[in-house]
Amino acid sequence: MAAGTALEAMTMATAQEIAAEEFSAVVTKHRPQIFRFLLSSTRDVDLAETLTQECFLKAHRNWGRFRGESSAMTWLMRIAINLQKDHWRNRRLQFWRKTQTNAVELDEASDWLPSGERSVEQQLMARERVAQVGQAVEELSERQRTVFLLRYVEELELSEIARATGLNEGTVKAHLSRALARVRAELGGKR
Amino acid sequence: MSFKDKTDAVNAAGEELNPELDLALREFRLSVHAWSEAAFSRPRTAFAAGRRKQVWLLAAGWALSVVLVAVGVSTGVWENHRQEMRMAAARMAEHERQAAEQRNQQARQEDEDLLAKVDSDVSREVPSAMEPLAQMMAGDETQ
Repeated sequence: MAAGTALEAMTMATAQEIAAEEFSAVVTKHRPQIFRFLLSSTRDVDLAETLTQECFLKAHRNWGRFRGESSAMTWLMRIAINLQKDHWRNRRLQFWRKTQTNAVELDEASDWLPSGERSVEQQLMARERVAQVGQAVEELSERQRTVFLLRYVEELELSEIARATGLNEGTVKAHLSRALARVRAELGGKR
Repeated sequence: MSFKDKTDAVNAAGEELNPELDLALREFRLSVHAWSEAAFSRPRTAFAAGRRKQVWLLAAGWALSVVLVAVGVSTGVWENHRQEMRMAAARMAEHERQAAEQRNQQARQEDEDLLAKVDSDVSREVPSAMEPLAQMMAGDETQ
């Protein structure tokens, strides 16, 4: 009886160790992507870092309940999207607080465009195009922006986007189509 | 062009992306990836949050001190003002009391004068207008 209890305890400890190792591997693998999505959504490095930490903290707490029905990436992305939504909802309620000053204009993000082997003129044009896309993205609704970023920055498949956002694929397509129309108009209007 | 690149040329809704839009989206993705990598690998200062908290606490402390001083000064000024108002009111009340007393005294004096006059009028044997005639009559009687 006592030997059985000791064995169970050892098995449980081993299982916990394995789970911790698994989770650690998941963090190492997906943290940059979650951070990138939150950074492109919020345009605030500090906020993106805070939300990324909260995302993995929440994931750690619920790791035992993760059944693997979707990929860990999709599951984590869903947590990140919900955290981001909660954050903006709370911010809207805290109307007395000043707007976060750390948020950067997406024009600044275009500064990070790798130069490659292009001429200066080509680089300037590329920066201009990135700034225009950034401007269009900024004007999208929250949901359209999320879907757009998941598709064109994170390169997720439609089914993954649907799982991560909790929308059906048809709705995801509709949001993407509207977002693209907006980007197209922005690029066309300023040509 | 890789398979992934080819599929990118058609958007999720099945619409064909024009080359310019496709290029813009690709560049946007590259810039966000580069920005994110730079931000992710930047050196982090562990004390940043603590320092920010300290700055907030310091600012809050200053603000609280300023508010307390302002409240203290304004309370003193207000109390002084109230004291002056009370004293002015007391002075005015005293002044009014004295004026009323003076008026009462004057009225009493006038009443007394009137009464004295009435008394003198009533105590005469004949009205003042008849006095010369009464004197003549008194003279006749003595003769």
